[in-house]
Amino acid sequence: MFARTRLFTLGTAARSAQARALRPLSTSSIARSSAIFVHRDTPENNPSIPFEFDAQNLAEAKAIIGKYPPQYKKAAMIPLLHMAQKQNGWTSLSVMNYIAKFLEVPPMRVYEVATFYTMFNRSPVGKYFLQVCTTTPCELCGASKIVETIEKHLGIKVGETTPDKLFTLVEVECAGACVNAPVISVNDDYFEDLTPEATVSLLDSLKAGKPVTPGPVSGRQNCEPLGGQTTLTTPPPGPGFMVREDL
Amino acid sequence: MMRPALTTAVVARSAALMAAKRGYATEGAARVYGGLKDQDRIFTNLYGKHDFGLKGALKRGDWYKTKELVLKGEDWIINEMKVSGMRGRGGAGFPSGLKWSFMGKSSPGRPRYLVINADEGEPGTCKDREIMRHDPHKLIEGCLIAGRAMLANAAYIYVRGEFYNETSNLQLAIDEAYKAGLIGRNACGSGYDFDVYVHRGAGAYICGEETALIESLEGKQGKPRLKPPFPADTGLFGCPTTVTNVETVAAAPTILRRGGSWFAGFGAPRNSGTKLFAISGHVNQPCTVEEEMSIPLRELIERHCGGVRGGWDNLLAIIPGGSSVPLLPRHLCDTALMDFDSLRDLQSGLGTAAVIVMDKSTDIVQAIARLASFYRHESCGQCTPCREGSRWLDLMMARFVRGDATSAEIDQILEITKEMEGHTICALADAAAWPVQGLMRHFRPEVEKRLKDAVAGAEIRSDAEYRPDQTIATA
Repeated sequence: MFARTRLFTLGTAARSAQARALRPLSTSSIARSSAIFVHRDTPENNPSIPFEFDAQNLAEAKAIIGKYPPQYKKAAMIPLLHMAQKQNGWTSLSVMNYIAKFLEVPPMRVYEVATFYTMFNRSPVGKYFLQVCTTTPCELCGASKIVETIEKHLGIKVGETTPDKLFTLVEVECAGACVNAPVISVNDDYFEDLTPEATVSLLDSLKAGKPVTPGPVSGRQNCEPLGGQTTLTTPPPGPGFMVREDL
Repeated sequence: MMRPALTTAVVARSAALMAAKRGYATEGAARVYGGLKDQDRIFTNLYGKHDFGLKGALKRGDWYKTKELVLKGEDWIINEMKVSGMRGRGGAGFPSGLKWSFMGKSSPGRPRYLVINADEGEPGTCKDREIMRHDPHKLIEGCLIAGRAMLANAAYIYVRGEFYNETSNLQLAIDEAYKAGLIGRNACGSGYDFDVYVHRGAGAYICGEETALIESLEGKQGKPRLKPPFPADTGLFGCPTTVTNVETVAAAPTILRRGGSWFAGFGAPRNSGTKLFAISGHVNQPCTVEEEMSIPLRELIERHCGGVRGGWDNLLAIIPGGSSVPLLPRHLCDTALMDFDSLRDLQSGLGTAAVIVMDKSTDIVQAIARLASFYRHESCGQCTPCREGSRWLDLMMARFVRGDATSAEIDQILEITKEMEGHTICALADAAAWPVQGLMRHFRPEVEKRLKDAVAGAEIRSDAEYRPDQTIATA
């Protein structure tokens, strides 16, 4: 009896050991992020492609560095990366290496920063970079429909670029314009209060090169209630209004 | 025990008396909050109907007697802020007067910095954006005065990277202020030198945490620092630093000009003042509006937003203070007051006063699951409980949405949230944990029903064989 129980126990242990061996290994560093973190030299992205600031940006870069204490030149890294990305269209390896040389820091310090922040695109993007906010407040107002509309209209999926290199579509986390949801940011401009129809006409205008006006498409000017202001209906008071006497 | 209670009652009564004098509604000695008058609004260009530049700002009363305010000195300014009862508008609600006094007065040979946190990224929150693009001079004047109170040499305004146009407006306003001699050398002719700089981030929610913001400002990855040392002692560039929210600083000049007691006259005791509320989601007219603190949640929505879509009875739940705070189900929304203390009593929080309204058409599990993936995306990855925990929450919540889970896992996910809370350097893990806790606290039957429905469809293996740790890995 004793022997049989023991045998049985062993059997269970062996079985569970087998189950453990079969269980998939769980780690959190699987590349599920929206962007890759490794660099492989390609014809369009390798360290031998030259990059440097043009004259105007060079002057501006020096002004930016002047905002920080002289021994903390490195603080200018994010503003300079923004500027370089604007000039180059995206943040290539040469851009990062150039900024490292410019700020006199090891290139690794720049790679760290460029991979940490989501706004630095380490692969080329289209002329119009469509960033759809899909966080809860926007999703409540139909952001997933906007994504669907764009995907259908342009024939691309999230994370892809159109063959004509005109549009790149990505999903972003909260854009910070929640009362104007749903929101798309096209390059630096916000388009707010969108509907699927308004999105299609926005895409068509961009494609045709027609001028577009950023802001809410619903007819309101900013973040006031659409049906008319409930506050600030009187002209703002002037200087000295209600000011304490002992000042 | 008796004395504080007595004092509170006296304060409440005198505040009510003052309010009655100014024409606000009172019910006996108890004050009815809400219905702020236009004359008592601080942000008079909230909707951008007027010129945001210096000319417009001067016309609206900004930069009026700023020199006199600066000359009053640090003790007077800090004391007025204490009298006003202002609590930080960035989410934590820390008393501003106290915070402004933390840097002390001596820091031999080291510069001192004021850092403005304009990295507004909390889902639901969009109030600082309006200040920066429509009333930037209020913020700049606030920087000068707050900077004087802390004896700071310069202010850095850290704006989130996506706010390109907002940053441009702010920069234009700063250039105007320099040109007019309002800031810079001998600011406003007061003999005090003070610089204001704008710095744009690059899209990381975590940089809204004060030490992460300092790291980011120094040109590094935005990973929060261990405290101590606190920024008030060793902060930006190793120097004494105070980090404050845009709204707190931008409101300061008006508070000081009208007097701390004016500001203290609004809202419930210990929650005084006026506040920008951003109401988004399922309301008829989403908007940002300045209202009195302690306004009833229902009145806020019905007075300014045209009510909940489909009427108040169509309401399912409200997140009252940005994504990080637990949600309130409908029956708590009926009576909730929008201030720090009464929302804390309901096991939620005022946070940034970003009200996210959800009507009965909402898939509440999906709404919270989306927040879980937000926190997973935004975790900086420094502390294990947050990096791994936020990922587990995201994956488990995704299965709850599909109903592909067992009811035992509800307790398991709650245990995970408890392990995350308070076990990390910064509060992002807590912020990731709370929405899930709120969901399970108030909507557990809803989640269980979904799981049961899915089981009825024979999608799920039995409890005995079901190992959540395996499914997490393959989800």
